[in-house]
Amino acid sequence: MRDVVIALMPAVIVSILVYGWRELMVLGVSVASCVVFEYLITRYLFKKESTTIGDLSAVVTGILLGMNLPFTSPWWIVCIGALFAIGVVKMSFGGLGQNVFNPAIAARVFLLISFPVAMTRWEAPQGVFALDAYSGPTPLGAIKEGLMNGSTVQDILGEGFSYTQMLFAGIGGSAGEVSAIALLLGFVYLLVRRVVRPHITLSIWLTVFVFSGIMWLCDPSRFTDPVFNLLTGGMILGSCFMATDYVTSPMSVKGGIIYGIGIGLLTMLIRYFGSYPEGMSFAILLMNITVPLLNRAFHQKKYGRA
Amino acid sequence: MSKLTTFRIGGVHPDDAKLSRACAIEVLPLPQTVYISMAQHLGAPAKPVVAAGDKVKTGQVIAEPGGFISAYVHSSVSGTVKSIAPRADLAGRMVTHVEIAVEGDEWAEGIDLSDTLASEIPQDVPAMLECIKACGVVGLGGATFPTHVKLNPGPNAKAECLIINGAECEPYLTSDFRIMLERSREIIVGAAIMQKILGGCRCVVGIEENKPEAISAMEKACAELGYPDISVLPLKKKYPQGGEKQLIDAVLRRQVKSGRLPISEGAVVQNVATSLAVYEAVQKHKPLITNVLTITGDCIPVEKQHNYLFRIGMPLSYIAEYAGGVPEGAAKIVSGGPMMGKAIVNLDACTVKGSSSILYLSAAATRRGTESACIRCGRCAEACPMGLEPFLLRRLALAGDQEAGLEANAVQDCIECGCCLYSCPAQIPLLDIIRQSKAEVMSIMRARAAEAKAAAAASSK
Amino acid sequence: MSGIIIWTIVILTVLGLLLALVLFFVAKKFRVEEDPRIDEVEAVMPGANCGGCGFAGCRAFAEAAVKAPNLDSHFCPVGGNEVMAKVAGILGYEVKQKAPMVAAVRCNGSCEARPRTNEYDGYRSCKVMAALYTGETGCSYGCLGCGDCVAACRFGAIAMNPKTGLPEVDESKCTACGACVKACPKNIIELRNAGPRGMRMYVSCMSREKGPAAKKVCSAACVGCGVCAKVCTHDAIVFGNNLAYIDFTKCRLCRECEAMCPTGAIHGVNFPKPLDVEGIKARVAERRKKAQEAAKAAAANLEPKKKEEEKTDE
Repeated sequence: MRDVVIALMPAVIVSILVYGWRELMVLGVSVASCVVFEYLITRYLFKKESTTIGDLSAVVTGILLGMNLPFTSPWWIVCIGALFAIGVVKMSFGGLGQNVFNPAIAARVFLLISFPVAMTRWEAPQGVFALDAYSGPTPLGAIKEGLMNGSTVQDILGEGFSYTQMLFAGIGGSAGEVSAIALLLGFVYLLVRRVVRPHITLSIWLTVFVFSGIMWLCDPSRFTDPVFNLLTGGMILGSCFMATDYVTSPMSVKGGIIYGIGIGLLTMLIRYFGSYPEGMSFAILLMNITVPLLNRAFHQKKYGRA
Repeated sequence: MSKLTTFRIGGVHPDDAKLSRACAIEVLPLPQTVYISMAQHLGAPAKPVVAAGDKVKTGQVIAEPGGFISAYVHSSVSGTVKSIAPRADLAGRMVTHVEIAVEGDEWAEGIDLSDTLASEIPQDVPAMLECIKACGVVGLGGATFPTHVKLNPGPNAKAECLIINGAECEPYLTSDFRIMLERSREIIVGAAIMQKILGGCRCVVGIEENKPEAISAMEKACAELGYPDISVLPLKKKYPQGGEKQLIDAVLRRQVKSGRLPISEGAVVQNVATSLAVYEAVQKHKPLITNVLTITGDCIPVEKQHNYLFRIGMPLSYIAEYAGGVPEGAAKIVSGGPMMGKAIVNLDACTVKGSSSILYLSAAATRRGTESACIRCGRCAEACPMGLEPFLLRRLALAGDQEAGLEANAVQDCIECGCCLYSCPAQIPLLDIIRQSKAEVMSIMRARAAEAKAAAAASSK
Repeated sequence: MSGIIIWTIVILTVLGLLLALVLFFVAKKFRVEEDPRIDEVEAVMPGANCGGCGFAGCRAFAEAAVKAPNLDSHFCPVGGNEVMAKVAGILGYEVKQKAPMVAAVRCNGSCEARPRTNEYDGYRSCKVMAALYTGETGCSYGCLGCGDCVAACRFGAIAMNPKTGLPEVDESKCTACGACVKACPKNIIELRNAGPRGMRMYVSCMSREKGPAAKKVCSAACVGCGVCAKVCTHDAIVFGNNLAYIDFTKCRLCRECEAMCPTGAIHGVNFPKPLDVEGIKARVAERRKKAQEAAKAAAANLEPKKKEEEKTDE
């Protein structure tokens, strides 16, 4: 878990630099409240002598949750999210290793549904890098709205989204969307430290790329292009850090690939045809449900048993 | 160099730490008293045939097999039998031991003590098997299964390949390595004898790549002796290469079906030390009363590490004392390798035929960390050389789901190699729990088999 | 608009009726006939599902009890005589009264009495430890101290005493279900008669080691001296394998064995008065003296007769 915290640091630093002190507050409140809830629950509800704070899983959940929320989120929303993530999603199943859903994702979706306005209000970044950054809705949000108003994808994107902005800190959104490069840097660290295996992430990317590629070739005015889809929204954060969560992803490589393909397809279906601009968190949550089935279907190949 | 072969499923790569590889085999002097265990082999304990007060010679039979799967035990010294009484083994369990006070070293008649190599293979197979049985040869790779039983698989089974196991995949241990260097020709003759007994199948000596000296020594011995169809096969280093099933997979690319014996796939696996014992039994009529043991560990300097030729029945404390005493930093003393060896709780226990090491491990090398929650990372399943899912087996074991859960998920296939425990980042004692549930499931399966047999017998009547 | 609403209602109603029909027929077809008494019996059971009766749970017990021709081999240790009387009432059987039992931990090897010789670093389970070796102390018969019995108890009646490292039974909570007896790989725990007002005697040791060897590893061990068997006037002490065992059906709670035991391996619990060691010793000594005198007198009486017999033999 310590490696995951380290891997998230580049993105955390970049997001604080871009969004300023309010982002720091969101992340701080999120981590602190996750840890406090974990402590209180293990100590006073489970009545355990030792708490499970030391494994840093609450810290990881806290950072991920913070990165999934807009920096404008009021502190109490972050607290409610943390309580939901730790108390409902994680601890009610028995704590680390027992939960069905990824706590941070589930909490984000919970907040998105409960507080839709606060969760989709994107103000202009206020950090030190924010001068030339785009202010306003997220790229995906802008596309969704623009398409509803009858514009084409090219028109909307022409208004000021570039891939370089997406790669290096420059688009509106939550901390997790701010810089693909910073997130990828952390992911490479995890791969090098052999904390995660790449098959889930790669199968998500490939599915998104192929699916959106086909759609884009069919009608570039209605469907966004593959690179755009890979770089926007929670795609990088979700595919690198949330979908690869051991607890809520399949054990076997085969199962993991199917899980990844499922996430990729669901994400793109929601993005293209759903009413929400972003589908990553819903896709991961939905595929989390299939994990026990995938684990049952794809066992390790056993010695001497055909 | 061509790509080396290894087994296909799972495995881990612990640091091999063969610290004592340069230590030539030394002969241990005799102690004043030896205590020879009656349970030195798999199967029924041997029955003593001597009584207190008897004079015995080195190599004389002191106990007979106690069943079909059992073995002769010989006196390793000459002297007077003092007592036949229970004595604690290295796990503290009471086992009958024959206590012999050492008086000189007079060998029984008929044992050839010369060093000359007898490379001519006898032709009388039943006589050779009898010789192996009479000399009390058992498998020295760990299981101590009586060799004459394994070499006589019955009329319906045909051996296609004899695999001589020189993998020595356990870290630290160097006894097999040393005998492959120093007794390579004898091992090859032993292999040729077993090849003859098995009806002339081919023979492969599998050695891990981290022992290049042993590979070249064995290859040289093979070439010199010129027996047909014996070859040396270097293997990629991976634990547990020396596991019988893994070695068969590595060498033959075949997998023994669950619950079956290796012979069902035409394979017979024998350890290099067993091969040496077969050579001595058949060619020199020398019973199995000596073996090589490594004194090593991460907390003793290399100068104090040794490979000793010991006689069975020597107290471990005597050997430890002779080698300079138990080192300061030793938190755990293990007999066998660090992966599968057993902790020695009683240093007064005595060496047996299968003793392979006294391993001194420091607290840092052996102490288990604090257990944390399983996050299903799957490392254990990746590491398991039997393709099992230890995390799942543990959950099923804790839930007490024996037949539908544990048995269906093949807990009985576990070879207790410890890869799961080694690979677990959460320090969960997987092997401890799985070993226990394996024993429980095996006893349920045995009871069921016995019941089915009884029912079949009843219906045929 | 109203058309849509009407159609929706109609479709849903029809759908609901159809599915209800399906459910009805399925339920009819797959119906399992059950003896209604099973439910009645289950209702009076304690519902602990502890398995103490030998069945998988209260339901399984109820099923078995309904099928059984009598209740001789069925007993709910948790509910005791009271519940069994109710069960018998439902089924119309007679039930024999059983004396209440309680679990007794037969190991006296506290940390002081039985010093550690090594340290176990594996999974903390007695079962696992017992399969590996003889335990952290020199005694291979004693309590391993990992608390498998504590984990097995459904009633919270056993707890490890951190001072002694031994489990202790809370008599008020113990239902004598026997789960701990099954859980203990060393067979240390036994179900014994609870005794009048809880008063009972037992040998708190399982070591079959010979005296000196047992004493060497544990100062509180039964050393197999046999003093208790000799002193017992009720023939209640069975002696074998260097170990004494008190047959609770014969013991009359005189506490003489407890006073005479040199190592304190015999325990008497719940006696209102403290053990009067001196008094008992004096009593025993006097009885011995009398017995010796009686024996002497008998021998003196016998001797002349014997001589006569010898003479006649010649």
